[in-house]
Amino acid sequence: MYHISGKSQPPMYTQALDQQGREPSAAPESPEQAARFQARVDAEEKIEPKDWMPEAYRQTLIRQISQHAHSEIVGMLPEGNWITRAPSLRRKAVLIAKVQDEGGHGMYLYSAAETLGVERATLVEQLLSGAAKYSSIFNYPTLTWADVGAIGWLVDGAAIMNQVPICRCSYGPYARAMVRICKEESFHQRQGFEIMLTLARGSEAQRAMAQDALNRWWWPSIMMFGPSDVASRHTAQSMRWKIKRFTNDELRQKFIDVTVPQAQFLGLTIPDPQLRWDEAAGHFEIGPIDWEEFQAVLRGHGPCNRERLEARRAGHAAGEWVREAAAAHAAKRAAQAAA
Amino acid sequence: MNADWPLFEVFIRSRGGLEHRHVGSLHAADARMAIEHARDVYTRRQEGVSLWVVPSAQITASDPDEAGALFEPARDKVYRHPTFYEIPDEVKNL
Repeated sequence: MYHISGKSQPPMYTQALDQQGREPSAAPESPEQAARFQARVDAEEKIEPKDWMPEAYRQTLIRQISQHAHSEIVGMLPEGNWITRAPSLRRKAVLIAKVQDEGGHGMYLYSAAETLGVERATLVEQLLSGAAKYSSIFNYPTLTWADVGAIGWLVDGAAIMNQVPICRCSYGPYARAMVRICKEESFHQRQGFEIMLTLARGSEAQRAMAQDALNRWWWPSIMMFGPSDVASRHTAQSMRWKIKRFTNDELRQKFIDVTVPQAQFLGLTIPDPQLRWDEAAGHFEIGPIDWEEFQAVLRGHGPCNRERLEARRAGHAAGEWVREAAAAHAAKRAAQAAA
Repeated sequence: MNADWPLFEVFIRSRGGLEHRHVGSLHAADARMAIEHARDVYTRRQEGVSLWVVPSAQITASDPDEAGALFEPARDKVYRHPTFYEIPDEVKNL
């Protein structure tokens, strides 16, 4: 679900990542090639895998798409934590379907990244080694069942806000993957809101649980859109290339404007004493964002950074024998077919 | 890190009577596993009634730089379209 703009300013599921997926091409890029490329982008033509593209465009996309893919995969963990404890069979079936979708979204995105000339094994290695980043939101713990509701409502809501414009991204395979993802994402947000609504209409203890989840997930969700526009150095280039269509702050504001009334409907309080409706601007205005917390989580100091990576590494290692057995079986069958 | 399983391109027939359309790719140890993975990755919501998987290495694509040479010669051959020909209105069934 999400996107990025550059190395040091990490929006959404795809965040600050320094390593490169492939060596820069040997041939120097001529100004004519670059101009022709930009003209195609300006004309809203889609760029396809075999088309000429600037190396920086390729690298930006590899970084953004792979960080987005990693976020989907790591994003399975906080919610997967609640599958065995979902309060009913219906909720359990829904949660399994949602987590399975996240895995699927990771697969769509990895295969889109691979069209840019990077290998899947390389991307997976970058995630497991800790070199690659993923959305900071998944480094927060899911302490109660209400967190599953809050994640669907807020985190997937923020994701949708960010992803819908990427359906029009200039790079064809990424745009097409995003269309598929956005179609599936809507159910994620609605099932989350339904959980929140059920709790909000429930007992005093259930309402308190819903409010507690909103208190913990509100600010991290707001931070998902990445640094403010003044701190975001790469936004301009990504917008010129039509990888990004809106700035971080524009998307964040849209999210706030649609989400605050939803919280009001639930009868819950947004944990921001400075939140107010700005009549003149026609927007809700929020209090200051704690960017130090955001940077700390990105640097690996969130509540669950270590736990998430350890879970991914353990999962990957536990699957090793399966991958080996499947490859051996395929080789045996190929040999039998040839004999 | 082991090498990746081979890459397969996935095509789905969304319903009977329609053509298979490319939807994406995936890695699998062999073609049979590719079909099973394609079912899980690309058809969780009844997107299809039939799947094709093709080893990506087996696909030969035209070069975008040769698109002009390949496709432009058809541009000035408008006489290949029925609307090129003027037929008087009185003439029917043509």
